[in-house]
Amino acid sequence: MINFVLLISRQGKVRLTKWYSPYSQKERSKVIRELSGLILARGPKLCNFVEWRGYKVVYRRYASLYFCMCINADDNELEILEIIHHFVEILDRYFGSVCELDLIFNFHKAYYILDEILIAGELQESSKKTVARLIAAQDSLVEAAKEQASSVSNMIAQVTK
Amino acid sequence: MAATFASSSSPSLIDTLFQRSLDDVIRALRSSSSAALEAAAIARALDEIRREIRSPDLDTKVVALQKLTYLASLHHFDMSWAAFHALELLPSTSLPHPRAAYLAASLSFHPSSTDLLPLATHQLRKHLAPSPSNSPALAAPALHLLALASSPNLARHLAPDLLPILSSQSSSNLLRPKAVATALRALAVCPDAAPILFKPLVECLSLSSDPRAVSAAIGAFCELALAAPDPSPYLPLAPEFYRLLVDSRNNWVTIKVLKIFSRLASLEPRVAARIVDPVCELLRCSPAKSLVFECIRTVFSSLLDHDAAVRLAVDKIKEFLASDDDPNLRYLGLQALNMLGPAHSWAVEDSREVVIQALNDTDTNIRREALRLIMVNLCDSNVVDICNMLIKYAIKSDPEFANEIIDSVLATCGRNVYELIVDFDWYVSLLGEMVRNPHFAKGDETERQLVDIGLRVRDARPELIHVARNLLIDPALLGNPFLCRVLSAAAWVSGEYVEFSRNPLELVEALLQPRTNLLPPFVRAVYVQAVFKILAYSFISFIEQIQAGESLAIGNSLNQRGKQEGSDLLAAKSSSDQNNAFEIGHGVATADNAILFDSIEKQEIFKHESISCLLNLIETVVGPLSECDEVEVQERARNVLGLVLIIRGTQFWNIEEEHELTRDNKITKIVELMEAAFSEELGPVSTNAQKRVSVPEGLILNENLSDLLDILGDDGISPCASVSFSFRNHHPTETNKDSASAIEPNSLLSEHRKRHGLYYLPMDNDKSESNDYPCASEPLLPVSHGEDTEDIVKLPAQSLIPEKEKPTRTRPVVIRLDEGDGVLSANLATARESKHDLLSGAIRDVLLRNEKKPSSMHETSPPDRTSQRRENDACENSELISQQKESNSFGDREHGNSSSRKSRPHHKERIESSEQNEEKSHRHSGKSSRHHRRHKHRQREDAPLDIVPQAPVIQDFLL
Repeated sequence: MINFVLLISRQGKVRLTKWYSPYSQKERSKVIRELSGLILARGPKLCNFVEWRGYKVVYRRYASLYFCMCINADDNELEILEIIHHFVEILDRYFGSVCELDLIFNFHKAYYILDEILIAGELQESSKKTVARLIAAQDSLVEAAKEQASSVSNMIAQVTK
Repeated sequence: MAATFASSSSPSLIDTLFQRSLDDVIRALRSSSSAALEAAAIARALDEIRREIRSPDLDTKVVALQKLTYLASLHHFDMSWAAFHALELLPSTSLPHPRAAYLAASLSFHPSSTDLLPLATHQLRKHLAPSPSNSPALAAPALHLLALASSPNLARHLAPDLLPILSSQSSSNLLRPKAVATALRALAVCPDAAPILFKPLVECLSLSSDPRAVSAAIGAFCELALAAPDPSPYLPLAPEFYRLLVDSRNNWVTIKVLKIFSRLASLEPRVAARIVDPVCELLRCSPAKSLVFECIRTVFSSLLDHDAAVRLAVDKIKEFLASDDDPNLRYLGLQALNMLGPAHSWAVEDSREVVIQALNDTDTNIRREALRLIMVNLCDSNVVDICNMLIKYAIKSDPEFANEIIDSVLATCGRNVYELIVDFDWYVSLLGEMVRNPHFAKGDETERQLVDIGLRVRDARPELIHVARNLLIDPALLGNPFLCRVLSAAAWVSGEYVEFSRNPLELVEALLQPRTNLLPPFVRAVYVQAVFKILAYSFISFIEQIQAGESLAIGNSLNQRGKQEGSDLLAAKSSSDQNNAFEIGHGVATADNAILFDSIEKQEIFKHESISCLLNLIETVVGPLSECDEVEVQERARNVLGLVLIIRGTQFWNIEEEHELTRDNKITKIVELMEAAFSEELGPVSTNAQKRVSVPEGLILNENLSDLLDILGDDGISPCASVSFSFRNHHPTETNKDSASAIEPNSLLSEHRKRHGLYYLPMDNDKSESNDYPCASEPLLPVSHGEDTEDIVKLPAQSLIPEKEKPTRTRPVVIRLDEGDGVLSANLATARESKHDLLSGAIRDVLLRNEKKPSSMHETSPPDRTSQRRENDACENSELISQQKESNSFGDREHGNSSSRKSRPHHKERIESSEQNEEKSHRHSGKSSRHHRRHKHRQREDAPLDIVPQAPVIQDFLL
């Protein structure tokens, strides 16, 4: 299973973290420090796998972002590379040629998308179309709810409350 | 007024209207240029959040929570204090509120630390309930949160709520795969839930299921089977898995199925035979590298008996290794070869050149993997070639990798008490060579091995002291802080095994050379102690020589030995002449040097003058050390000086005619005493020795020992790290017994040996054996630094493959304490696995019932209280299920099994036959209770017998 997912920028800034195994807050920052040191130091054209504390970390760089996933020793590295690519493609489709800024300002959206792809460290949805459909449906529901909330009558009701 | 109100603790409308949104906070963070500014911006945002999150207005609260989530997940701020606020938002009717709350909770909640989640049990249940008013937009995050953060209790409570989602058959149900993953986590934290959750999980595998559900279920089973210490409960599902392996067109599913099979195949050879063909087919035809790689791993881990499959997989690996443009494939290829192990070293041999080339790869990970692979395939016939090659290669590689090479050579050669090493002379000189690597930093392990080989391998001692001498004599090594441990070992070796040295006096000079003041004190102390031993040895030999001469017993043999040694030492002299450059500043040393070598050339090992020069040298150099600040050094320096004084104090020393003086009783006594002090040979100590000493009666180990202070105070024992090999007569147990131990260590030792003979090595045993071994020969290890990697690749063709020919040299005796080395880690993992045992026990219960199997398994599960309880639960729960779903005849079967469980086992063959009957009847879906009753009846009649649990489990059509 995937133990955690990290998105780290080339400057070492964290853009997304998702932990499927229990790590305390302290451990989390330690893990990120260790791994960004390990991964950012690696040059291009090297293999995409790093051994780390008995686990394997599969990473791949897209533009300025490193997508890292930590897996157990007996998991399939190439499969994880495909999952990373899958995730990136879905992000790309959703945001329309995704860039780092999209993830910074829509970080919860990135989480929702990730949650559709992976649950409990397992791949859930291998179809890009389905994920796009699910996310779009959620978005429209949320939009409708927001519109309702921000309608004039609602505002008045709130203020006079 | 408004401002003061806003800054007070209770938030107001003003707050709500002027609240900064998440975007504002992100912009503020991004615009802060320095780390300090950023920290200030974060602090400000946190301040606001703390105020806003308590707002009664839910919109304000949600925005605050979103901001906090952002800071917590990307800037690692603890947000556990806000857990309750997140839960507060769950019941909100506005969709974005609970979604934001779920996101915050799933990012921050922690199974071990989140004690608030049970408060939300009801809300979670509501969101999970299948009703038209409930949108999947809430059920999905609820499932997600449960998967990440549920405690065992919560999982138990909410497991029934997962059932409707899990068992819904409609293909439009997008929640089903999510529920499967959640069920997997629930099973992992709470094995008690197995009776409820396992059956729906199994149903997800069925043909009619949505492919997404199948994929999720396979993922779950893969996780369960891999994590379980004993995967046998999953064997009954093998037919389902097999169907997926053959039919599935989804690579992700196939990979998971292969993982499951590689686990199951080790249990049941028939499974392996069955899956070989499909796996080979996939290997041959699949375009997906990930799938091919998984097939290779499956073959290497569990289909090693099938030669054709192994060959095919090895061919694929060659393709991987040859892909120059993809480092991933090269890395994985090496890793897969590693799985094969030494038994299939032909595969490594086939790709020998690529593997050795990989040592030179730009990627450190690939180099490391290649190194590991080479090390795994070391055996006693190729160890010499390969280690020589690696150590040579290490000189040219970068510092980090050089040390990795050295480390793995040390670890592999030292494994299991040097089981790979036949030629210890070679190994010892290899150690000496690797120390000279400019990047060398593995002093500790090298030190340990040098000393350890000295203790364990008698035949290696002459070569060992040769290596030690070369290390000690080189002044350039003294400045390197990484080497001081090695030098310490060399000094100890030179003192302990001085009798094998060709020129002890030269050793003393090396040990006392001026640059030794660069050494740290603890090493210096070992140096001084070595000088002490060598001086004692030289003096004894000198006296013995005189005594022998006196009794006219000098045989020709001695003369001859002297001659031979003299010629050897000419070479030694020339090398030490080179060292004179640094000794020139040291007047005494150079003056002595001349006399020392003079004496050597006259073919007398110990002459009166040489001994007296030795004494002078020691006095000059060690003298100042008696004032040293370091106690260790000071104490030992004083010991040495004391010995010098004693020697000088004998009358004999002042008079030239030797024969008169040997009759001096005092000298004889001194000689006897010194001989006794160093005659006992040090041996390796079993790691279990301490454990086997039984605590004497009446001794309370935890008692305060301060009363003993005045008893021990006089002896002045200082605990020191090197007790074991420096002050052997100061062994703590001995000082307790007798304060005179320093005078007669030998007798005490032998007494100790008599009393605790168990912990000593047999005395005569290895002596008699070691005589049989041929004398060690000079190893020839030319180090040429100019070689390219091409030369390394041009290794002898046999280098990686083990040759089965008998080695020309027999292996010397290596003292080995059987129980001490390496049996310690027997039951390390048991505690951790107990949970999985519980889980697989529970699953076994469910599955076996499910697959209409006799209950033979139950006898294998431990009859403890928890499992009993679990089984009872199981009965109740699955009755419940059977009521919910009338499609199966689960319930009545249940009782049959639980009662037959009490009736103890039955004869195996009969079970199998009856089981087959049952199978048939089940397949024709005619579940006859009559037949079942008969089955039960027969079980009762049969005598109890032990039953192999796996045998009846697999359905026949698979085989």
